[in-house]
Amino acid sequence: MKRRHFVSLLSTALVAMAVLPKLAMAWPKAFSETTTKGVIAQLFPGLKTASSDLVTLKAPAIAENGAVVPVSVSTELADVTNISILVNENPNPLAASFDMTPASIPEVSTRLKMGKTTMVTVLVAAGGKLYSVEQEVKVTIGGCGG
Amino acid sequence: MKYLLGAACVCIFFVQTLQAADKNMPGISPAEDQKSFVEYFSKRFPSVPFQEFGNGIYALDEGQRAQWEEIEQFPPYEFAVDAGKALFETPFANGKSYGSCFENGGIGVRQDYPYFDSGSGQVKTLELAINECRENNGEKKLKYKKGDIAAISAYMAFTSRGELLNVKVPDEPAALAAYQDGMQFYYEKRGQLNFSCADCHVQNAGQNIRADSLSAALGHPTHFPVYRSKWGELGTLHRRFGGCNKNVRATPLDAQSESYRNLEYFLSYMSNGLEINGPGARK
Amino acid sequence: MANQIKIRAKQKDGIATVKCLISHIMETGTRRDSKTGDIVPAHFIEEVTLKHNGKVVMTANWGPAVSKDPYLSFKFKGAASGDSVTISWIDNKGESQSVEDTIK
Repeated sequence: MKRRHFVSLLSTALVAMAVLPKLAMAWPKAFSETTTKGVIAQLFPGLKTASSDLVTLKAPAIAENGAVVPVSVSTELADVTNISILVNENPNPLAASFDMTPASIPEVSTRLKMGKTTMVTVLVAAGGKLYSVEQEVKVTIGGCGG
Repeated sequence: MKYLLGAACVCIFFVQTLQAADKNMPGISPAEDQKSFVEYFSKRFPSVPFQEFGNGIYALDEGQRAQWEEIEQFPPYEFAVDAGKALFETPFANGKSYGSCFENGGIGVRQDYPYFDSGSGQVKTLELAINECRENNGEKKLKYKKGDIAAISAYMAFTSRGELLNVKVPDEPAALAAYQDGMQFYYEKRGQLNFSCADCHVQNAGQNIRADSLSAALGHPTHFPVYRSKWGELGTLHRRFGGCNKNVRATPLDAQSESYRNLEYFLSYMSNGLEINGPGARK
Repeated sequence: MANQIKIRAKQKDGIATVKCLISHIMETGTRRDSKTGDIVPAHFIEEVTLKHNGKVVMTANWGPAVSKDPYLSFKFKGAASGDSVTISWIDNKGESQSVEDTIK
């Protein structure tokens, strides 16, 4: 290869490498799904959910304001690789997905937007299996206090 | 039913005071009004400790309180308080800063507002004082409902957390008239829905109106400015007054208009003795 | 006001609990501007990376259903006081921020 050509290739590659770390990893297609089934199929292809009483979902029975609903998930399952939270009635149910590492403790809390009364589904992938729990959160527009 | 009677008693007391005031001043007694105001709410909610009234509906409803406590673990208004501090500490073009306009450099003074300024014959609120400070130092006034004024007010409120609200109504005709004007506004029906502030927040405090819960009037001003989830940002007390007026289909008045300042004067005096806990987080 | 990340990180018996508040509009892209009627474009955090002493302990993928000024609380093992924790995010417009703090 001619030297000039090599140098220009190398500098292109270096520039590309400098730019690459800034790009986000591909945003999961699951976020574009409009059904919970679709989300599960995208996130965990081939897996079926099973219930588990080792997964705790904490969310209010009646949300004070659908724009900011505190949600917490914790689990006593071992080898947790992912915790995902779905707001079933949102236009796109998948709200957040947390990928664990061996250092993680499978416990997360966040605040979500919920457009209307909905089931909230939590998916926990652990030991190659998929578990889920759900709870209804009522969301209303107050109608009078603003 | 006994709530209605209790509320009626308070209303009759105030109406009599208003009628007496029309004839001659001696009928107005803010101290007595405040005493019966607090008594009404203590009887109505006997299990709520006095200071808890500063937490509004969260003193009365467990489910909503739990969500509020979650949010208060890391409340969204923290960014605004930081922004307010930065604004407060940035000097004006002429080199002076907000601190020069206030007692104690503006730190820990929130509980003294609003006050009646005998010189100008009007009620001065904290937001009004902030803008007066700006104007006196060659700066443009800020808008009164949100944005920078709310951030500065939030910072100043934050420095007063724990101080007891200490609004004074001096025994002078003009101050008493402003107080009375505020009280009258509070108990007057308005809007297409024909509600007074008292209908919801005195008579029906603790009840639901459609899916909204009504907080008690006692303690209302202590947590302003307020971060409302609905707004996604801070707003001032007068922004809320306007919103509430709109809710009963009444035309809202301008923020810092005389009526709203007198209303704030009356409401704040009623909450004397409660801790400043602004800025607050609400739905 | 520039974006900020507020962090509160503490550890007990080697387990770190980190709470953070990220200032971000988290615009869904379905809201209409009240004055112009135009859709306000989506602008939300897509990915959050959480590191302990430079090593990734968790990554999160978010959609616009996460509330404005997002709050996140998470935990991990093997922490000691004085260790560093880093919160970084990238949003759908390619904007990003990273803040480091010390575990108490």
